[in-house]
Amino acid sequence: MTTTLTAPRTSRPVMPAAVQPHPRPFRLARHSFALAKRSLIKTARTPEALIDVTLQPVLFLVIFVYVFGGAVAGSTHDYLQFLLPGILAQTIATGCIAIGVNLNTDIAKGIFDRFRSLPVPRSAPLLGAVLGDIVRYVIVTLSTLAIGYVMGFRITTDPLSAVAGCALAVLFALCLSWLPVFVSMKVRTPGAVQGLMFAFIMPLSFASNVFVSAGTLPGWMQGFVEVNPLTHLVGAMRGLFLGAPVGNHVWWTLAWCAGFVVVFMPLALRAYRKKV
Amino acid sequence: MTVSSAGKAKNQSTADLVIEAEGLVKHFGPTKALQGVDLAVPRGTVLGVLGPNGAGKTTAVRILSTLLTPDAGSARISGFDVVREAERVRQVIGLTGQYASVDEDLTGRQNLELFGTLLDLGRAGARRRAAELLDWFDLADAAGRQAKTYSGGMRRRLDLAASLVGSPDVIFLDEPTTGLDPAKREDMWDVVRSLVAAGSTVLLTTQYLEEADALADAITVIDHGRVIAHDTPEGLKRVVGGQTLEVRPSDATQLDLTAAILSEVSSGATADEIRKGMLAVPVTDDSALTEAVARLAAAGVAVTELSLHLPSLDEVFFTLTGRTASDDDTTTTTIKEEVAA
Repeated sequence: MTTTLTAPRTSRPVMPAAVQPHPRPFRLARHSFALAKRSLIKTARTPEALIDVTLQPVLFLVIFVYVFGGAVAGSTHDYLQFLLPGILAQTIATGCIAIGVNLNTDIAKGIFDRFRSLPVPRSAPLLGAVLGDIVRYVIVTLSTLAIGYVMGFRITTDPLSAVAGCALAVLFALCLSWLPVFVSMKVRTPGAVQGLMFAFIMPLSFASNVFVSAGTLPGWMQGFVEVNPLTHLVGAMRGLFLGAPVGNHVWWTLAWCAGFVVVFMPLALRAYRKKV
Repeated sequence: MTVSSAGKAKNQSTADLVIEAEGLVKHFGPTKALQGVDLAVPRGTVLGVLGPNGAGKTTAVRILSTLLTPDAGSARISGFDVVREAERVRQVIGLTGQYASVDEDLTGRQNLELFGTLLDLGRAGARRRAAELLDWFDLADAAGRQAKTYSGGMRRRLDLAASLVGSPDVIFLDEPTTGLDPAKREDMWDVVRSLVAAGSTVLLTTQYLEEADALADAITVIDHGRVIAHDTPEGLKRVVGGQTLEVRPSDATQLDLTAAILSEVSSGATADEIRKGMLAVPVTDDSALTEAVARLAAAGVAVTELSLHLPSLDEVFFTLTGRTASDDDTTTTTIKEEVAA
């Protein structure tokens, strides 16, 4: 490069008119949105980062529906109708892991020093990262439904219920993601985040109603299945997509969402302040 | 602790001090990064913090820029305490680290606009400020490219631009030229000078006496987390020795003749053979170089090497502490004696 600095040719650029800082809540919101935009730009620039969350539901749907469908439900189509909400729940829960992995890598770079040397609320970089991932969860939800549609899955309720089901899945992911964010502040390597989170999500997705009806599971497992947040999310989506009895599943799911945020958001923010 | 109290910094009243630190202590486990560091920078001046790797320079900058809290001691930037009023401090500082603190996936423009938004310049303000800075740092052509595609020098400029988005009064430059080639280093120096001309107060860390001499109004030398000298560049050079003119005649038989000429140039000082076939003589100003060239040419002496040097960091440390900068802390007692002396 032959670029030479022409900086001193005039005096320094003039500072644009100072903007009065807005009240704090608005600043936090504005800064979080600005930082969410940053993660959106990053997602858009690296679409390959979406492969895990788009490929996984395809593999699971194809394998489970065509291999086990006949045995489990008597027909592959019936099993697809049963399985799709479960796969969506499993995929969106696994999709949360990425934010922990990314933050763990990101935080070691100089950019976080920059954020912290700016008059930006301390929580804004984490809030921004979490909010920015909403787009990922929407993409995962829509692509899973699209794959399901191609394979023959049909929503049998009304559009409003369908939207509510999708929104519930995205909300669940948004709230659950505070757990991997917290984990990412506590462990040293991205690999550790991934390993720990898989060890958490795998039992949740198998000891549940994701793949088989909960009633077929052994009695000692039933207790766990009944409190498992994925069981409730899947139950709620089966109700909203297929008209199955919803029961208290929606309320349980919302309670779990609140629980994740109430517990892990403060823990994550505190760990972040301590770490950096 | 002060080698000479002739420094300008000493004559300023405390009210003018934009950066003040007293007794900063920071330990990382068994590592004593800072063991009681005092710093003072008057408004509109440049303080050069000189020291080898691991001296505690970066730790000091991180405390002053609110990224770390000190274990003991206190610091104020424009009168705001860096711990209790960190938020206020962040409104007046700009920080450029040793490594680029920008988002490599974002373009140069997106980076600067993001920081503008975070500094509450508003959408239009952030866009305008980004454009000004990109233009100013000659990055306008590369503005739409991701920062990861930038060369080392461009990245460093983007990083510096990023720290100027909020037009800060106080700028911290942590080894701003480490890893840059000499031409890029001079460019960076020009930028620093123009920032100071515009009224900013700058604290810069460096491993080069030459750089501190070129830019700073006062130099604080730190080693093993302690201040071992604080002075003006002139005062420090009086202590550690000024410039040295080094000449290597092509013909070794002309060593004596060359030595005689160099001695004249430096008004009587003896020229020493510092390495085989290389003569060195202390000189007082830059004109000695041209004078030496003229006299050597007139005497028919051809040279293969001719250069003007300030003492290296090693030499500075040797003079100040009686040991080289790279020595381990086995000689801590030596510093204490020197400091006490």
